[in-house]
Amino acid sequence: MTTVANGVNVQALLEAREVLKGAPEAARFVWRATSTWRGGVHSTTTVKEFYGLGQERSHKSEAVFDADHPEVFAAEDQGITPIEYLLVGLASCLTAGVASVAQNRGIQLRSVEATLEGTHDIRGILGADPDVRNGFDDITVTFHIDADASQQDIEALVAQSQKRSAVFDALTNPTNVTVQVA
Amino acid sequence: MVGAGHAGLAASHFLRERAIDHLVIERGEVANSWRRERWDSFRLLTPNWQTRLPGHAYEGPDPDGYMTAKEVTRFIEGFAALSRAPVRTGTEVTSVRAAGDGYRVTTSHGEIRCRAVVIAGGACNRPVVPPFSEAVPPSVRQLTAFDYREPGQLPDGGVLVVGASATGVQLAAELRRSGRPVVLSVGEHVRLPRTYRGRDVLWWMDASGVWDQRHDEVEDLARARRLPSPQLAGTPERATLDLNALTAMGVELVGRWAAVRDGWALFSGGLRNVFSLADLKMERLLDTFDAWARTHGVDPGPAERLPPTRVPERARLRLDLRGGEIRTIVWATGFRPDHDWLHVPVLDDKGRLRHDGGIVDHPGLYALGLPFLRRRRSTFINGIEADAREVIAHLAGHLAARAR
Repeated sequence: MTTVANGVNVQALLEAREVLKGAPEAARFVWRATSTWRGGVHSTTTVKEFYGLGQERSHKSEAVFDADHPEVFAAEDQGITPIEYLLVGLASCLTAGVASVAQNRGIQLRSVEATLEGTHDIRGILGADPDVRNGFDDITVTFHIDADASQQDIEALVAQSQKRSAVFDALTNPTNVTVQVA
Repeated sequence: MVGAGHAGLAASHFLRERAIDHLVIERGEVANSWRRERWDSFRLLTPNWQTRLPGHAYEGPDPDGYMTAKEVTRFIEGFAALSRAPVRTGTEVTSVRAAGDGYRVTTSHGEIRCRAVVIAGGACNRPVVPPFSEAVPPSVRQLTAFDYREPGQLPDGGVLVVGASATGVQLAAELRRSGRPVVLSVGEHVRLPRTYRGRDVLWWMDASGVWDQRHDEVEDLARARRLPSPQLAGTPERATLDLNALTAMGVELVGRWAAVRDGWALFSGGLRNVFSLADLKMERLLDTFDAWARTHGVDPGPAERLPPTRVPERARLRLDLRGGEIRTIVWATGFRPDHDWLHVPVLDDKGRLRHDGGIVDHPGLYALGLPFLRRRRSTFINGIEADAREVIAHLAGHLAARAR
């Protein structure tokens, strides 16, 4: 395992798992984002602070995300569509999972690429058909992985990364969402 | 000993061998759970030749068959008689407390003082049902695998079976055969063929040494102990009862049941991945068997593989529980032991017994008959012999040290 270098500090993660088993309070994280309307359907969301391991924390730098809609939506396309951010989240979460599981299983990765497709019937959000949901109908993630491992081991990596993925869970299982006006 | 099932009686057998005074306390009759807490068509997952207790084995005409609950009851009764176990039936243990250098056991027929206690009440005393079951509309009848006896007990109409372990797949199949529409909610599960290369899959588990893997050898013991029972059924046809078999029977598969919202059941959209996980694990296990067969010069038949689990065209993500489609929910979501009477601080934050291979985290307290107690085999009746021998050896050592 020591010869594998995927750049994931699995030892730290395994140690954290052991420590947090007995410290559920420290395991509670709060992730935050703040957004500002820019006009039209364009908004900017910033992410910097979060809470975890018992205290307020901060990313090294603030990240800024523009969201808008493409011109076919009669918008100015100053950023990607909000629902596309879900694909960004899912892709990055599963990829992180693949790298971590590979590191833990002693599998050297050479390249990991994923292509994501979410099919979306926009009659839902347009209110054109009450039987059509607003969100994705289906999401397909296709991984291309080059690694020192059999096809079966690679499939197991991808399966395990889904099993431990925050975003996969958030997309496949219901979550209570409260939206309020302060 | 608390409980006169296979575990308590096997412990008694080894205590008698060592001439250690003991009593087996039983709330009902010998093999009580097998008498009263199994559905009518229940059969063991292990073939008869594997159903063995210390000095007591199946001797009937059908070694490859699977015992009914009645036959298991008779088998365990036979063992109790053979080993002349000192069983006090109809006696419920209401409390066990540490007292002096031993324990005070309160029963429905008085108090007993003893130097050691073996918890052998079984792993399946209480059904486990998720809390959101309370949000199910009252028009839908709910029952657990404990309450279920046979399909005729249920109203006509659709059934939602929750859980795809051995219990869930067996009940889903039986209810489907009764003509009812059946939806099966599937989370993580263990897929196995009933037979592999001409032998019972549990023959392979036994012969290849997989079942001998010890509790101190596995990477994540807590997970191994939580593993749901494999998708097997002990039918005379020795047919595989995996999800493909259920799909072929017309059972509709949906994802793990995640929540109830406004009278709707919401299912996970992660069904494909639980199929992949189970298919991959089964493949790895069969690879292990093949490798073992090669190195041991065993060639029972040509290698064979099952097709991947068929993914439904469009698995439903939600189901209206008030719409009348589903009249009954059968919870096959697992069991847990009952430790309510155990007033010794040996339970973890999830209510599970803290023990190291049956040696509980309190001097003189032991456990037997729990899944993967000391080895994978512990989950099955034939695992009790080695477990009980070793745990009772430790118990004898404990008593000897005390006596010194």
